[in-house]
Amino acid sequence: MTTPLLSLQGLTKAYPGVVANDQVSFDIGEGEVHALLGENGAGKSTLVKMIYGLVKPDSGTMLLRGQPFAPPEPRAARADGIAMVFQHFSLFDALNVAENIALGMENPPPMGDLAARIREVSETYGLPLDPYRTVGDLSAGERQRVEIIRCLLQDPKLLIMDEPTSVLTPQEVDILFETLNKLRAEGTSILYISHKLEEIRTLCDHATILRLGKNVGECVPSETSARDMAEMMVGSTLQTPERSGRDFGEVALDVSGLSVPSPSEFGTALRNVHMTVRKGEVLGIGGVAGNGQDELLGVLSGEIPTAADAIKFNGQPIGKLGPTARRKLGVLTAPEERLGHAAAPDMSLTENALLTGSVREGLENNGFLKWAETKSFAEKIISAFDVRTPGPENAARSLSGGNLQKFVIGREVLQNPDVLVVNQPTWGVDAAAAASIRQAILDLAAKGTAVICISQDLDELMEISDSFAALNEGRLSAPRETTGLTVDEIGLMMGGAHGMEVAHV
Amino acid sequence: MDLGEINPVLLVASLMVAATPLLLAAIGELVVEKAGVLNLGVEGMMIVGAISGFAISVETGSPWLGFIASAIGGAVLSLLFVLLTQVALANQVASGLALTLFGLGFSALLGQSYVGIKPPSMGDIHIPVIGDIPVIGPILFQHDPILYVGIALTAAVWATLKYTRVGLILRAVGENHDAAHALGYKVIKIRIMAILFGGACAGLGGAYISLIRVPQWTEGMTAGVGWIALALVVFASWKPWRALLGAYLFGGITVLQLNLQAAGVAIPVEYLAMSPYIITILVLVILSADKSSAPAALGRTFHASH
Repeated sequence: MTTPLLSLQGLTKAYPGVVANDQVSFDIGEGEVHALLGENGAGKSTLVKMIYGLVKPDSGTMLLRGQPFAPPEPRAARADGIAMVFQHFSLFDALNVAENIALGMENPPPMGDLAARIREVSETYGLPLDPYRTVGDLSAGERQRVEIIRCLLQDPKLLIMDEPTSVLTPQEVDILFETLNKLRAEGTSILYISHKLEEIRTLCDHATILRLGKNVGECVPSETSARDMAEMMVGSTLQTPERSGRDFGEVALDVSGLSVPSPSEFGTALRNVHMTVRKGEVLGIGGVAGNGQDELLGVLSGEIPTAADAIKFNGQPIGKLGPTARRKLGVLTAPEERLGHAAAPDMSLTENALLTGSVREGLENNGFLKWAETKSFAEKIISAFDVRTPGPENAARSLSGGNLQKFVIGREVLQNPDVLVVNQPTWGVDAAAAASIRQAILDLAAKGTAVICISQDLDELMEISDSFAALNEGRLSAPRETTGLTVDEIGLMMGGAHGMEVAHV
Repeated sequence: MDLGEINPVLLVASLMVAATPLLLAAIGELVVEKAGVLNLGVEGMMIVGAISGFAISVETGSPWLGFIASAIGGAVLSLLFVLLTQVALANQVASGLALTLFGLGFSALLGQSYVGIKPPSMGDIHIPVIGDIPVIGPILFQHDPILYVGIALTAAVWATLKYTRVGLILRAVGENHDAAHALGYKVIKIRIMAILFGGACAGLGGAYISLIRVPQWTEGMTAGVGWIALALVVFASWKPWRALLGAYLFGGITVLQLNLQAAGVAIPVEYLAMSPYIITILVLVILSADKSSAPAALGRTFHASH
């Protein structure tokens, strides 16, 4: 038997109050694409941080090609051929591509030579990139290329990829997989972390499944069904959201001829957006991040005021109304950014419940706050949506991403909105929590609420939405019924691969 | 009123002298802010530099030793800021304000026995040949050495930030400290070095006032130059050459309005006295209308949470 490239033996890492990794062992072979599966909080990130030298294990050993391997810092890991593409891009917006790449290298060549090498490597792997562009101006797909090329320039033996496809269009995912397959053919091993089981089934040779910090099983993904893998991950039977056939009522929200400039420098202006949502309908809006999603949410929530007639709620023009006035009418929103936009990170869950719930739940009395009612409202959200937290007095920041997301969505759902707009409702949320959030959205629609779901997860949109439209550079495609849409058609609605073609070599 | 009394050569030459303390302090703060730290204690570090430079040069008789001491004095005071913000993770704005208040009081204490004394003079460099060129010679080539240090420092900071790896890492830390940490750079260490550099520069700037520009010691003699340096960094869009331009503009108008006052121009003194501030801000606001913006991590506390 050949020595594996990297062998993890009994890795354990505990934080106060939680064991992130408990005796995790597995091997990654040479030229193998190894999937690491698990829910949020299962310990995947801690594990890869140990491999990359950002965190030191409490006990256990790692062997790299049979030699003991204990990187004290990322530099040492990089020197031994470990490279990592981060989930939240570790890029510097104000610097250009070449500078960003130089920062990730031990001994970068002079800028001129580096730029030439970036061009060369990016062409070879079908990821064209201009070294002198400012990273802040790039699309999500292009930013990921920067990260990948930064890794490739160091000739890695092991490439760690943390949720690489969460922000890509289907076409971009194909390009990425082609690149990864090329790397595998050259003998590079890849440790691939993802929630998306279908992806793992097409790409990976072997999978290790983590649950609550423990290695609970291994499988060959191409021979295992996605459902089986998901159930290994959550350790219980998974419920697929159910949608009952329903009749749509009259138009609840009518957006016509909506054009607004973006409030931020790197944002996208909305151009002539038209859409209508009927009562009981779920409209899914897809598109790659940065194509106007944030602006659309801002306009619908009332954060960005617009012409009064551009947005009508039950026939009443509301374009000039602010968020509170719209909430009063029944138009509620849950933005994407959990910490800082949807919730105030350092305030307690009770306080956060008050922030959006005060108008509709009557939590204020002549400017004085009704803390008792607010607390019971927060407790209602926590129990109805299975938010795992010791209690409503905890700060929003202390919750894991999935739990906070359940709280943020639950807070809006329980206010019985007439129109609910959500942006990325299940971003970075584990499979079980995502399923319950989707179910809540569907239940709400079944009760007659008009829902707009903005998301980059196409599977999610296909699962819950009745009609689908795509945002591309601030323009919204004409909505189409979801049933019968093919992935290729969706890709075209989303603007193809955004002019990003595979370079043919 | 007699505008003929204003000698343009002397005017330009003295504007460079007036601008140098501001330039030194601003260049130091620029590096600090590029690393993502907002140190509002510039005024305090300047005044401590002014008294430590003054005291040491009086005691030793050497202005050079005085300037070295002033850089050390400024850096030592900035060490307090380091302790507060980088070790104890205190709020940078509050710590910076405290540093200024502390520096003003502490310098007054140190300087009690130095009031009214004249420091040893540094003397101007008279560069042969080019220093003798009429007009240009007296303007550019007959100054004290520290003035040239200021210009050289501007060039060095500009080149370092733009062309070297150290500069790139510094900018990266100021732009996104979490990403820099994930890539394995020592965020805190880099920031500490930047803060100490900023403290040393501010100290030099302070000593330039007490040893060359005025030269004597009085309490609170930096008179707000540190605050102007802070504003200058922002309006110069964190660009070294623009900071130099802004400092010279400010120095120039300060000197000019003093000359105009002396010449008895029929504009109220108050308007003349406020003109350097208004004109400098106006020009730099117009210049900073381009896309360049503050380092993204400016003023944010970094804590490696793993």
